[in-house]
Amino acid sequence: MLYDALIAPFAEFEFMRRALVGVFALALGGAPVGVFLMLRRMSLTGDAMAHAILPGAALGFLVAGLDLFAMTLGGIVAGVTVAVGAGFIARATQLKEDASLAAFYLVSLALGVTIVSLKGSNVDLLHILFGTVLALDNATLYLLSGIATVTLLVLAVSWRPLVLECVDPLFLRSVSRAGAPVHFAFLTLMVINLVGGFHALGTLLAVGLMMLPAATARFWATDITRMIAIAIGAAILSGIVGLLVSYHAGVPAGPAIILTAGVVYAVSVVLGPVGGLRRRLVPGRHLEA
Amino acid sequence: MRLRTILAALAVLAGAIAASAQEKVLVVATFSILGDFVKNVGGDRVALEVLVGPNGDAHVYSPSPSDAKKLAAAKVVFTNGLRLEGWIDRLVKAAGSRAAVVTATKGIAPIEAAERSGHKAEHGTDPHAWQSVANAKIYVTNVRDGLIAVDPAGRATYEKNARDYLAQLDALEAEVKAEVARIEPERRRIITSHDAFGYFRAAYGVQFIAPQGVSTDAEASAKDVAAIIRQIRRQRIPAVFLENISDPRLLQRIADETGARIGGTLYSDALSDEKGPAASYIDMMRHNVKELKAALTS
Repeated sequence: MLYDALIAPFAEFEFMRRALVGVFALALGGAPVGVFLMLRRMSLTGDAMAHAILPGAALGFLVAGLDLFAMTLGGIVAGVTVAVGAGFIARATQLKEDASLAAFYLVSLALGVTIVSLKGSNVDLLHILFGTVLALDNATLYLLSGIATVTLLVLAVSWRPLVLECVDPLFLRSVSRAGAPVHFAFLTLMVINLVGGFHALGTLLAVGLMMLPAATARFWATDITRMIAIAIGAAILSGIVGLLVSYHAGVPAGPAIILTAGVVYAVSVVLGPVGGLRRRLVPGRHLEA
Repeated sequence: MRLRTILAALAVLAGAIAASAQEKVLVVATFSILGDFVKNVGGDRVALEVLVGPNGDAHVYSPSPSDAKKLAAAKVVFTNGLRLEGWIDRLVKAAGSRAAVVTATKGIAPIEAAERSGHKAEHGTDPHAWQSVANAKIYVTNVRDGLIAVDPAGRATYEKNARDYLAQLDALEAEVKAEVARIEPERRRIITSHDAFGYFRAAYGVQFIAPQGVSTDAEASAKDVAAIIRQIRRQRIPAVFLENISDPRLLQRIADETGARIGGTLYSDALSDEKGPAASYIDMMRHNVKELKAALTS
């Protein structure tokens, strides 16, 4: 019974196993990046960047059709361009970073929709906005695992400056000049993870498996290492449960995964031991001597 | 004297231009296949505009202002009906068009949309009636009558064109039946991504099974994909077909997982462009049958 509900779908169908590997890779790469984004109060930046990827992916699509390499390359180029461009305007003019980013990503989004429409068929846009976690081929899986590997390696190497920049950027600036390159490397990591998520979940939902687990983890840990571990766990759990829900209830897989992550988040908001609702409303007893 | 001659000549010329411009009846067809019928019946007497062009999908089409302009100028608008173009009534009204609206499927017995995994698709009837050549002949007579109603002077031309075209369709129908008959009956089963061949199945006995419902805007769930894969394995379905307007990656995955053969492209909702294999309705049907035969005969 339990076997039928939980194991059999993956044992019987290869596409389910592939989807599972795909969300594992997305979780391992995306969730840690999400935690850093959250700690740096850049949660919405991820969403803006996910939309900024669209014109690049659309250009790739226009040139080569639903081709993995062209769309990946286009997405990364567009994402990095927007990240660097918005950063440059924020430093060179009086506009703040969030406003310049908003301007960039709105233009990108409109440009992307226009480019896809140029090809004449309007259904293709839906394939780009909603990815296909159920149709991951070998090349896409290699790409996703590659992105996860690179992400974990880069995070390991630049761990100290990254954490420092989250908690005390001024101190980091006073002791080291690593701040700018680390910031740029981090933005690049965010872009490649979003591009990976875009292949599996589409541009609209790519950011979901990055931010929701990170926000979830905030309620369970104060330590950043533990927070990342919990975020990865929450993302993997959402992936498994989401796929099973899609399998048993017949709802589209991508949205099912993100909705599951949303449920996990909601439960954490209420029950989380670190600043969760229950903790606030029903405080524990004070320690007494 | 000389000047007067020139002026007279100019006047005659202007009159001739005006007359030839007037002769063309402005006609709008909602999508490419219907446009092909109108082109064949109307010939040179009509100036035809097609709203959803080759390779476009009429289900999820969003009209542009230039479409409204075309409608406002048109004398007659041909629609498929059977809820294929949910947007057309509002568009005709919004464009302030006084065009006669002719439903080309009038007189066709609609069939139920294919059932899938227990629950019926919401749309009820299947709009893709042109997939049976017998129905295409009804389209043609409706187009003919619609054109005669707005342009009685062209009656003789329209009737002759329609007669010629109907004869071609008769030949096409015989050809399709003969080709399908050469496929072994137990192998007449394929999977295709867009469930648009209900009328083809009813007319020629080839079964089409789709991973998605009747409308292309629904995203397939893991349950749908699993059901299709099980079905291919259980019924030993020999071939999977990619279509011109749905996600090819999903079908590739299903084919990889079942070992079914991947057929070529079947055209269902839209013609291909001029250079493609399905530039006209007759080419489209021939192409589809050829692809089916190639994938299903062992």
